[in-house]
This record gives sequence, C-alpha cells and structure tokens, in this order.
Amino acid sequence: MDRSLVIGALIFACLLAMPVLLPLVGAEYLTGLLIKAMLLAIAAISLDLIIGHGGMVSLGHAAFIGVGAYAAAIGLESGIENILVLLLLTLVVTGGIALITGALALRTTGVYFLMITLAFGQMIYFTLTSLAAYGGDDGLTLWSLATFFGSDIVQNRGGLYFVILAVLFLSWFGVYRISQSRFGRVLRAARDNPQRAEVMGYPIARYQLIAYVIAALIAGISGLLLVQHAEFVSPSIAAWQRSGDLIVAVVLGGLGTRNGALLGAFFIVIVEELLSSVIHEWRLIYGPLLVLLVLYAKGGLNDLLTPAAQKGR
Amino acid sequence: MLEIENLHKSFGALTVSHDISLSVGAGQCHAVIGPNGAGKTTLIHQISGVLRQDKGRVALDGKDVSALSVWERVQAGLGRTFQITSVLPSFSVLENVATAVQAKNGSSLRFLAAAAREAALNDIAQDILTRVGLGARSGQQAADLSHGELRLLELAIALAGEPKCLLLDEPMAGLGRTESVALIDLLRTLREELPMLLVEHDMDAVFQLADDLSVLVDGQIVARGTPDEVRQNPKARAAYLGEGSG
Repeated sequence: MDRSLVIGALIFACLLAMPVLLPLVGAEYLTGLLIKAMLLAIAAISLDLIIGHGGMVSLGHAAFIGVGAYAAAIGLESGIENILVLLLLTLVVTGGIALITGALALRTTGVYFLMITLAFGQMIYFTLTSLAAYGGDDGLTLWSLATFFGSDIVQNRGGLYFVILAVLFLSWFGVYRISQSRFGRVLRAARDNPQRAEVMGYPIARYQLIAYVIAALIAGISGLLLVQHAEFVSPSIAAWQRSGDLIVAVVLGGLGTRNGALLGAFFIVIVEELLSSVIHEWRLIYGPLLVLLVLYAKGGLNDLLTPAAQKGR
Repeated sequence: MLEIENLHKSFGALTVSHDISLSVGAGQCHAVIGPNGAGKTTLIHQISGVLRQDKGRVALDGKDVSALSVWERVQAGLGRTFQITSVLPSFSVLENVATAVQAKNGSSLRFLAAAAREAALNDIAQDILTRVGLGARSGQQAADLSHGELRLLELAIALAGEPKCLLLDEPMAGLGRTESVALIDLLRTLREELPMLLVEHDMDAVFQLADDLSVLVDGQIVARGTPDEVRQNPKARAAYLGEGSG
C-alpha cells in the first residue's frame, strides 16, 4: 500500500482522537493550537494545488483567507446566521475576486506572477483595513456566531473542532484527487512544460485559472472557519507575511505531494509554539532550522517520511 | 492538405519569411531545406501558431487556421515536433502520450477520477508507443530516456493528437547513424497516411522521404521541385547542396 496514504491516515486518526485524549492530560489550550494548525493546513493544501501541482507561485494567497473571513463576518453583522448561507456568500465573493484577479495575474508567469499576486493581495489587505464600519485596522469582534439551523455544533463550545477536521480531510483528499485527475494531469503538464502542453492541444491558461479559483475557494472556507473559531477578524490575516507562511508550509512539507502541505503546516505551528515557550528569541533558532531543512531535505518533510521509491506524487 | 500562401514575417528590418507559399498534399512529404538562419524554424513556428505572421495565410484541409491560437491549431489537426526536444520530464513515458491522447478523447474537465487508471487512454498510448518502438519503455520516467528515445517520444506525442498533417522540425538532429535509419523507416511508413512538412538538415533523410523539396535561403524559397530536380538546380546547389552535404 502507498506509504503516503498510510501516513496521511495516521495523522487524521490522531486528530480524530485528540479531543478525547487532550482533556485527560489537562491541556485544553492544545485544542486551540491544533485548530490553528488545521486552519493553516487547509489554506496550505489549497496553495499547493497552484504551487506544487500547477507551478504558479502566488504570494497573495492569504488575501483569500481574508476575503472569506470578511465575507462571513460582514454576513454575520448583517444578521445572516445560517452557516450554509454564509458559506455560499463566502464562496461567491472569494470565487468572484479570484476569477478577476486570476485572469489578470495569469497573463504573466514566474516572478511576474509572484509580483502581481502580491500586488493583488496587498490591494485586498488595504481594502480590508479601510472598512471603517467593520473595525478598520483594529478588526472586528463578533458578538454572534453562525449556527447550523440553530444548532451550535459549528461553534467552539459545540463541535467546531470536528467541522474543521472534516473540512481539512476533504481538502486533503480532494486536492490530491484533483491533482491525479484528468484536470490535474493537464495542470501538471502545464507546470512541467507549458509549451508542450499547449502543443498537445490544451488552452493551459484556462486550466490554470480554474485551479487558481478552486484554491481561492478553499482558502476562503478556511477564512470562514477562522472567524467561527476566533470570534474575531482583523486584516492581519490577509497580510502578505501570512502568504509567505503558507509558501513556507508548502515548500517545507514537500511540493505537490499528498501530505506535504499538511505536514508543513503542522510543523510550523508546533515548532513555533514549542520554541517560543522555551526562548523569547525563538526566531533565532527557527530561521536556521528552516535553512537546514530546505538544504538537507529537498523534497521536504514528506521525503523524510516517505522513501523516494514510493513517494505519493 | 496543408496550404501556405504568401507567408510574410519580419522582425524590424529583418525579413525572416518572404512571401513563402507551399503546399503539402495528401500522402505527401514536403521537405524544406536551407542553411542555418534561413528561417526554417520561424516558418514552422508561424504554421503552428507560436509566431503570428505579418501577412499571408495558413489553411489546413481547406480551412483557414491563420487566426487560430497554438492549441486550436493542434485541435484542428496540426501536429508538430520541436527542434529542441520538448516532453513532460516528470511524467512517465506512457503518461506523456496518454496526456496527449486525453486532449482528443473526452473532456479534461474531470476532477475526481484518477486519469492514470483510464484504460482507454493508456491502451491507445501504449499502441502508439509500440508503433514508434518505445513500447518497452512506457514505465520509464521521460527524463531518463536517451536523446534518441526522446525524439521518438516526441513523435509519439504528436501522433497521439491524431493530426491530419505533421510538422517535423529537424527530427534527425543529434541522432546517431542507426537511430536515424530507424527513424527514417518509421517516417516512411507514417507518410502513407499522414502528410508531413519536414524541415531537416540530414540530406539522406530528405532524399529518402521527400516527394517535394523547397530550398529556403534568407527567408525566400529559391528553388523547388522533386528531390532530383532540386539536385540539378544550380541555385539550390550554390545555396545549400554545394556545402558538401549532398
């Protein structure tokens, strides 16, 4: 059996068991930490669809988390309570913005694509900071949260942990399936050799745009879940540094692999937490650690766990 | 089958294609020869749509394709290979061809089913690989193939698109003696069913394959005719054959 599938299944089994185990050791703050990691992982997995499988390095992906979060928050402020309605709102707004910015950004490639996605990301970030009615720079605390037809299962005191876990599972499973589908094959072909893919008869920009929109939609959903969990939203979640974190997670975990983005996101959150609890200047250790990992584990954490012969590519 | 009329292209003051007209009939191989820098690859680029011509027209099967983009021309039936080998290096040999087969077989907007397990695509791809002599290499990663094998893979990819006409940009480049002989044989059997426009330096190949020959010098066709006629043509001899490769 494919080893990467086993590792993935193990990770999800652990995540599923955590809410039962954690209270036993009396460390409930760890639940919050895991949720933070899962939300980062959802966004990182979506980014891997365009970076790892599509070869399009975007430095503006966190902006879609911000768009999703603000769409949900503004919906809540306007009295929408049903999470399915908020989800629809989030998807429509995120998808619409991704379609427009993606169509423009995909006229470029390589470092120019990186610059233009950064520019769009910053435009979105500054738009969010200027939403004075919704807290501007300071962000917005939400006094009412979404419900699932009146039930609090989608809130922290209900089963939000499991809702986020389910979305993480669907993203992990879905993005890998997409990468191995007919669509994903064209996407990977365009990454490998765009000219060749075009001379096979594929309008590659269309495929890339669809991937870009799918990735944005998933990031938007993570934004909606972030609002539900934090009960607060601020523009900082859309800052370009956050997009950088996502790229680090994807590269560190292993580009275009089944578990790479998942491993990378958990690694970042857990190592940050561990180091910062031990030493105040934790970034002095974190930086060199990243350098070492990138130098000595070129295929990322995924390669350390999965021998090259049976990589889940 | 393929008609090229008055194709004209210049980059600033440099005219790379000067009113080029030629046609490839059904079952024919039309070769374009000429010294380096004569504008042969630029011609192929214009026919396949990589470069847009300034004037003139390209028609395939009676249909004007001059305004179509690269992928639309491929879909219309214009296959090509590249002078510098161009494959998908991280894909397996089979998947390289299967990806090209997929472009002709159903929608590629399918997001969930695993493409690598589609027998319909893999079977066609495997048949084509067997045909070009790469049948035993289908599980290999494309990046691991030898130069000669990559040339064959490119040809297999082009065939997978079910072209009505094939543009071959120096398919013999860099091949050893035995490899070129094998490739010439293969192209000779393909020619029966598939018209080709062949740009080539290898005179052996050209004289064995071509029904018609055009000699391109500085973007202009200076001589044309059957290989024998061209061999006798003083202009052609001066321009090209005189260089000692005839």
